Amino acid sequence: MNLRIRPSRILLALGLLILTMIFIAPLLWIASTSFKTNNDATSLPLSWQPHPVSTQAYRTVLSTSSQTPVLRWFFNSLLAGVINAVLVVAVDALAAYALARLAFRGRRIVFGTVIATLFIPAVVFLVPNYLIVNKLGWLDSIWAITVPSAGGAFGVFFLRQFFGALPRELEEAAVLDGANQWQVFWRVVLPLARPGLATLTVLAFLTNWNDFLWPVYVLFTPEHLTLPAGLSTLQNAAATNYPIVMAGAVVASVPVIVLFVAAQRHVIASVAQSGIKG
Amino acid sequence: MSTRTSRELSAPGAALASRSADDSRSVRRNRRKVRRGWTATPYLFLLPYLVLFVGFVLIPAIYGFYISLHDWDYLLPHKPWVGFRNYTDLFKSNSRDGAAFWQSMRATGLFVVFSVPFLVACPLGIALMLNRAFPGRTFFRAVFFAPYVLGVAVVGVLFRFALDPNIGLVNFYLHKIGIHRAIPWTTDTPWVWISLVAMTVWWTLGFNAVIYLAGLQDIPQEIYEAARVDGASSWDSFRYVTLPGLRPVLAFVFTVTLLASANMFGQAFLVTQGGPGTSTRTAIMYITQTSFQQYRQGAAAAMSYILAVALILLSMLNFWVLRRRSS
Repeated sequence: MNLRIRPSRILLALGLLILTMIFIAPLLWIASTSFKTNNDATSLPLSWQPHPVSTQAYRTVLSTSSQTPVLRWFFNSLLAGVINAVLVVAVDALAAYALARLAFRGRRIVFGTVIATLFIPAVVFLVPNYLIVNKLGWLDSIWAITVPSAGGAFGVFFLRQFFGALPRELEEAAVLDGANQWQVFWRVVLPLARPGLATLTVLAFLTNWNDFLWPVYVLFTPEHLTLPAGLSTLQNAAATNYPIVMAGAVVASVPVIVLFVAAQRHVIASVAQSGIKG
Repeated sequence: MSTRTSRELSAPGAALASRSADDSRSVRRNRRKVRRGWTATPYLFLLPYLVLFVGFVLIPAIYGFYISLHDWDYLLPHKPWVGFRNYTDLFKSNSRDGAAFWQSMRATGLFVVFSVPFLVACPLGIALMLNRAFPGRTFFRAVFFAPYVLGVAVVGVLFRFALDPNIGLVNFYLHKIGIHRAIPWTTDTPWVWISLVAMTVWWTLGFNAVIYLAGLQDIPQEIYEAARVDGASSWDSFRYVTLPGLRPVLAFVFTVTLLASANMFGQAFLVTQGGPGTSTRTAIMYITQTSFQQYRQGAAAAMSYILAVALILLSMLNFWVLRRRSS
């Protein structure tokens, strides 16, 4: 029995190892290229090891006076991601609590309408939201990339499920002690829902940080771009300097990789659950 | 719908009223107080979200339709009403968008057809590999998921570089193993399709794999043991235990992947620029070009609705077929 299983196990381990290498190799290639000179990056034979190891690309990218204000884009992306995540969690938690726990006229209609919009393909909102953002005077500003997406229904749905699964007894006890709805929400429900709030914060930040299509079209001034929009302009520059593009890619990747490693369990669990529930 | 909520709402007040019918005045006052206290709060909780929801989801969904009935250029003051012409024009082959829009729909359809089988099957293979107890399992799971947390911009510039015909990593290694032709991964068909599908698999495989893994772990171990006792081979238990057990998860993955592929934008925008010619220009790309480069928002809005209706019909059909199969 053991002898029969072993070769397949070794094969499996080998396959897994090769696949893992295929998955990691592109990431290493980004990192390696970012430490090359442009000449080294574009001359054959290609090498995984930079000759010489150069920080030229990073110095160009991170200097404040350069044509490629990656540092500026980094802070734009960071600020937009934080504003969006805070906004999403704040408004969604309030709404989800009302929809999960409070009785009021029209609750079903509101919830039904919000959920129904989850099924509308996002492309429908593209043109009208561009025009609305233009009317608000938000084009080419941080509000265009932080506020409209906070109207999305996902977070409300997600948190309502989370609040609905919490035990009611603590809330009832707080009401008996004379707490009003706000105090119940703030002192009892939110602390209990911390894992859900953390997950939504991370997901909202990741989504905002990586968003591509919308920022490409609503932002124009080079200094106002986010990292993804900026990266695309770097690549489309007349003479593509690959070490600079890859240094930009590293700057765009490191924060989300760090965040992913830190919040891995939350992120993966929320994705895993989506299939079983849905 | 609304009757039930109002019944819930008035229940405490009604009980109160029947209990002390004689002093109806004070009861009414009490009831009003109770009601007001309980009704204002929920709306206040909802208000901030509803402002955003109405402003950026509900109104746009309808406003977009209004735009689609006009010859709309947001930079011009006059936006003439054209009725349904933006829609009917799409079905005339000699109109400006008639041929080009449907060509972009075809490109979208091709990408869906090419990518969905790989995006559904490859993650399942990975999930089956990871669905056994071995040291470092969570590490491998994280490795396969990691590309998904990178944005499409990073993935796009990376593959644009790695697939470069002359200085790309892929052709460099192909040359080493004896393929001396510089394959035009980013500039010629069918190579562009292979590139777009491969990079999408690399980028999003982990997402589907994690969903499968959760589904696999939901299948009771006893069923596998029972199958083994009955003399089932490992293929048998995959065919008769794993696949049926995964059916709802498979249906979910299939639908989500289908919609994601039909919305493909960044990969083609960054790696092929819609080329060669317009062969990989997806519907979303064509809509963005029409709206934001040619300033024809009316036509673009009409196309958005056509695409949206196509996507909704597709997912309904998909849902219907998968449900019929399982019943």
